[in-house]
Amino acid sequence: MQLTQLLEAFFHADFKKHDDLKEMLDSNKDSLKLEAMKRIIGMVAKGRDASMLFPAVVKNVVSKNIEVKKLVYVYLERYAEEQQDLALLSISTFQRALKEPNQLIRAGALRVLSSIRVKMIAPIVMLAIGDASSDMSPYVRKTAAHAIPKLYSLEPELKSDLVTIIQKLLADKTVLVIGSAVMAFTEVCPERVDLIHQVYRQLCALLVDVDEWGQVTIVNMLTRYARSQFADPNIHEHQNSGKEFYDSESDNSEKPTASLDPDHRLLLRSTRPLLQSRNAAVVMAVAQLYHHAAPKTESPLTAKALVRLLRSHVEVQSVVLNAITSISAKNKTMFEPYLKSFFVRTSDPTNIKLLKLDILTNLTTDSNVSIILRELQTYISNSDKYFVAATIQAIGRCACSISDVTDSCLNGLVSLLSNRDEAVVAESVVVIKRLLQTQAADPKEIITHMARLLDSITVAQARAAILWLLGEHSQKVPRIAPDILRKMAKTFSDESDIVKMQVMNLAVKLYITNPEQTSLLCQYIFNLARYDQNYDIRDKARLFKQFIPGQDGKIKSQAARVFLANKPAPLLQSHFRDNEDLQLGSLSHYIKQRANGYEPLPPFPEQPPSGDVRNVETLPTEENKSYKKSSQKGREQFMWESEPSTPDHSSSSGSSNESSSEESSESEEEDSSEEGSTEEEEEEEFGKKNSSSEESESSYEESSTENEETVIKKINHHNSTKSKEVAVVNAEPANNKSNLDLLLDFCDTNNEAPGGFFTPTTPVEAPLTIQTVQPVFINTKPVELLNRLNGRGLAATFRFTRSPHLYSPSMANINIMFINSTNEDINDIRLGRKNLAVGMSIHDFACIPKLPPNCSLPATLGIDFNDTTQPANFEIVSSIGNFNVCIKPKIGELLRPVKMSTSLFIEKQGKLRGMNEHTTTLPHCPDNVIERINETTNLGPCDNSESEYFRFSGQTMTSSSMTLVTVYKGEKSTLTVNCENTIFGSVMLNELLNTLSS
Amino acid sequence: MIHSLFIINSQGDVFLEKHWRSIISRSVCDYYLEAQRANGNDINPVIATPHHYLISIQRGGVSYVAVCMEEIPPLFVIEFLHRIVDTFQDYFSDCTESIIKENYVVVYELLDEMLDNGFPLATESNILKELIKPPNILRTIANTVTGKTNVSDILPTGQLSNIPWRRSGVKYTNNEAYFDVIEEVDAIIDKSGATVFAEIQGYIDCCIKLSGMPDLTLSFINPRLFDDVSFHPCVRYKRWEAEKLLSFIPPDGNFRLISYHIGSQSVVAIPIYVRHNLSIKTGEQARLDLTVGPKQTLGRTVEGVKLEVLMPKCILNCVLTANQGKYNFDPVSKILHWDVGRIDVTKLPNIRGSVSIASGSNTAEINPSINVHFTISQLAVSGLKVNRLDMYGEKYKPFKGVKYITKAGRFQIRM
Repeated sequence: MQLTQLLEAFFHADFKKHDDLKEMLDSNKDSLKLEAMKRIIGMVAKGRDASMLFPAVVKNVVSKNIEVKKLVYVYLERYAEEQQDLALLSISTFQRALKEPNQLIRAGALRVLSSIRVKMIAPIVMLAIGDASSDMSPYVRKTAAHAIPKLYSLEPELKSDLVTIIQKLLADKTVLVIGSAVMAFTEVCPERVDLIHQVYRQLCALLVDVDEWGQVTIVNMLTRYARSQFADPNIHEHQNSGKEFYDSESDNSEKPTASLDPDHRLLLRSTRPLLQSRNAAVVMAVAQLYHHAAPKTESPLTAKALVRLLRSHVEVQSVVLNAITSISAKNKTMFEPYLKSFFVRTSDPTNIKLLKLDILTNLTTDSNVSIILRELQTYISNSDKYFVAATIQAIGRCACSISDVTDSCLNGLVSLLSNRDEAVVAESVVVIKRLLQTQAADPKEIITHMARLLDSITVAQARAAILWLLGEHSQKVPRIAPDILRKMAKTFSDESDIVKMQVMNLAVKLYITNPEQTSLLCQYIFNLARYDQNYDIRDKARLFKQFIPGQDGKIKSQAARVFLANKPAPLLQSHFRDNEDLQLGSLSHYIKQRANGYEPLPPFPEQPPSGDVRNVETLPTEENKSYKKSSQKGREQFMWESEPSTPDHSSSSGSSNESSSEESSESEEEDSSEEGSTEEEEEEEFGKKNSSSEESESSYEESSTENEETVIKKINHHNSTKSKEVAVVNAEPANNKSNLDLLLDFCDTNNEAPGGFFTPTTPVEAPLTIQTVQPVFINTKPVELLNRLNGRGLAATFRFTRSPHLYSPSMANINIMFINSTNEDINDIRLGRKNLAVGMSIHDFACIPKLPPNCSLPATLGIDFNDTTQPANFEIVSSIGNFNVCIKPKIGELLRPVKMSTSLFIEKQGKLRGMNEHTTTLPHCPDNVIERINETTNLGPCDNSESEYFRFSGQTMTSSSMTLVTVYKGEKSTLTVNCENTIFGSVMLNELLNTLSS
Repeated sequence: MIHSLFIINSQGDVFLEKHWRSIISRSVCDYYLEAQRANGNDINPVIATPHHYLISIQRGGVSYVAVCMEEIPPLFVIEFLHRIVDTFQDYFSDCTESIIKENYVVVYELLDEMLDNGFPLATESNILKELIKPPNILRTIANTVTGKTNVSDILPTGQLSNIPWRRSGVKYTNNEAYFDVIEEVDAIIDKSGATVFAEIQGYIDCCIKLSGMPDLTLSFINPRLFDDVSFHPCVRYKRWEAEKLLSFIPPDGNFRLISYHIGSQSVVAIPIYVRHNLSIKTGEQARLDLTVGPKQTLGRTVEGVKLEVLMPKCILNCVLTANQGKYNFDPVSKILHWDVGRIDVTKLPNIRGSVSIASGSNTAEINPSINVHFTISQLAVSGLKVNRLDMYGEKYKPFKGVKYITKAGRFQIRM
């Protein structure tokens, strides 16, 4: 009791402060709540413990005020793990928020829900992720991808379910999503390479448009993929490098290309533009891809971009230089043109200076060695001693690698011996020692010079080096060596250990070659050594005693062989040689050891797996299904294959992706026409893309329903345990009465009892709102706009893309393809005079400055038809003349598809009776009603579960008038169109009647 | 992935922490602080500790330390940390300790939006600004009165996917587009005045305030000059490849459109020279004499000239007289600053006087280096010229402007 009082007194101030925060949180005023939350977040940010406020904060999760709500979310993410039971109270709020119409709220709710690290809610999160992964908004799908690794770390058992979702997200064609999907893939199931096969080509095609962080993840993942799936691009080179020499003139560029898998080529080609990214991480990712998985001849492409990064922040420089050091050690020529970029500035931090030095020495060749040496010379007078020492070593390395300059380097180093700085002298001595070992040159003068220095140098390392040299070359300086030994004997006891060792070495060596002069000295030294403090020295003395006078033994006769043997020269090399096997640009590469979770890159397979797996194919059983679903698509697929290079090829490829990625796929198409060899594969790829997505979706649907069942079972289980826990909470109300009251209040406001938290609100109910959806069918057949003959060689076709125009949603997006069939460039193609009916407007396409002969270029035009089928007349102006053209829309293109539940549909329909309703009987109702209607009109399908009724809904482009189409299929089939705009409705009815009865 | 972020001030106090995954104790920063103590500001950006990897950057006297547990490309983290600081600068116009402390709620919310589970979520400033309104004086006053934060009341419902860098529904009464072509001369000049190395690093920074969804095309008279370029994500790469022009839908506000590099292969005009003389008279005294003059300036005046002489450690003090501008010598960092200002061709700026050297030091090693700063306005030293700017997609006529500036980048003279 006393203790608690004491404690209370101790924390009094703190408690009081929090009390007032609690009061503020309990108040009715949003401003007070907000103020309190701000202060609490301040505590969290500063790292103070704010967990005791949890009960007071958590009930504000229902706050209507978005600002308060957001801060509560932030708080929850931080503390939910510590207060699991209380955190569960907030779950239902999130579940409700997951159904909000605003995509940001849905995404936010999923984000926080998945961030709450409470194992018990794993099934709920699983359900939420499943729902969100098929959400309409790409932003929500992105969040779902982010949630997957979170859930995986919380509950690894759900892996198989999560993998299914990852698979689905990987097939997503929105650039916003796939970066995160690949991130989830690498976090959860990097071993499932089979998931990548199907989406490989799509990933490559979309890569340019993905956000920077996604690009890094994707490129890193694809590097791994390339290493495991493609043949070594350099294998050719290893095998017959001699042959290549002769071939190089004839087909230098084509040869390596020919052996490369077209998919491999696709990867390299689609990553290349990323070298121009402003983000250093992206550039580095591409550089490492080229380093690890590209033909040797192509990796130099990355050099320029890497050098550019050296202008960036110091930290970036450090990492990039590190990578360049590794590359340059392997491949000198790559960075040689940029030699001067690696010159050191005084203002560089030391670690950067050292890296640059290493690169400079790596780059040394016969031709540039003089430049480098001159540069290195200026560094020696630097005031950074560590750097100077490294410079001297670098000079040594240069001298070693280029034999022409060895002598001048040696002279330079010798002149450094008279430097006043001891560190410089010492380092030079050590380097000279190594150089002399590698060189056969006569070292007599140098050794004499160095022996003289022994009096002045105090650095142990240098003294030891000189002594060793004397011992090795004692015959060349027969008069000096014994004298030095004499001097050393005098100072022996004051020397450091390393020097003592060398004195002993010298003594023995001299004794062997010149016993008359040195035997006494030798004995004297060994006597001293015998009683040395250091046991190493005592040991060595004991060992060497066998060789010195006064001792007998067999071993003595071998002394010369032991001590005067030829010693191999040390290899002078940089410190960066040993990490070649680590992946470039990785954390492990930088710290030169394997980091946690580092997976070495797999070696290229000897026999690469067949590339067929990447051909996106439909399985025979499902082929029928997808065929039935879109027989139209099937036909087109055939068409593309039969006519490979018509302009509509590119437009069809554009439409198969999202409109945002149109550019990239177009670019690819351009590339493919440049390189004829890969064209066909890509053709196939585009053709099959459509059917593949169809297939994966349908297969997912099946599995997801299964998942749902199991998850629900699990939830029921949790549910029972949970209700027990709530009972426990109820059982001890005395302890935290105030809190519990709050909780109870909270429960009441929610009108969902705690026991019911885990009953998932039935997700099958479609949202009660009207949502704009993606078009179901996109027409890829272009319509002629300008005939080649009328246009004096300039032809143009157009088609409705059925995607919203960027400029205004009320405009229909029209893709125009210009084709130049003349022999000259057509310049400056743009819109000229327009002749429009009242209320219509046109958004010009970007001027095409130049259209080369036999080329085609697309342009995107936006026309607001004001909900009428009146034609838009306008003029196309170009360098070869002006042409009047006209676009007459089909009524079905003037719609925007929307989706709603059946009940809402019927409700809306009920409001549009009378004048707004147009009905007719259908003499003959075809089987494929849905396909036919989707083909001609851009309507969204509603829940078509009833077999007799087919419902479609849309809004007109300009006035957003609701348009509802119902087809009743029975004995007496009818077609009904309900539209707010009566004229529109009647035209629509006629159009549909034509379609269905033809 | 990034587990946690610690922001540390120059005194070594952790004043902000944010965790995206499990909580990591701030004691992990001790490794960083230890490295800082050992090496001053010359810290390795990656520090491996037994259980964590610390990846850090320093900007404006503040250290940002990200904690990772597993293999991750270090540049990924470094770039991201810089992006965080850039965003803060964008929001608060500067990024210092006191500003972060003042705005901790916004900072915390920004960090929360930018990373999800340690993986970047939204880093484009235009999206962020829709989610969290940047503070300005008016709003700060209004907020203190009404007690609101900067979280926007109405969440944007617009398309987040199509053009991530531009928000929809932008409206301006004056439609303006300004382009600053900034070129920085990087050079190393050796003792004798010869150019060891020189190249140009250029940027085009834009300030674009245009309504709607303008589609801009910027072309150059001499695009062949560029050796290497890097773009803002908005630039259409293919058009650049094909036609060497920049076609883009710009983000709203300030951004860097392109950085380019004109390499050491081409001849770079050096607009300034420094004549220097440091003669050692006795063991402890020396005379310093510096003169600055214009070189290849194409008729423009050189302005904002500043010299930073990095003296070796053995220099104790400098007593100098300058015929123009002010100088000071910091005996701790051993840097002599001389703020020259404009160079008048008729009377070249000069500074001279005596330098005292610590006794017994090695005089042969006194070889300071000079960092030079200058600006020349209305000149792009590479000769780059913008040809024209066209706008498509909008009807109004924008006001356009291009400005050229040449500056010294890493311009170093060895003495």
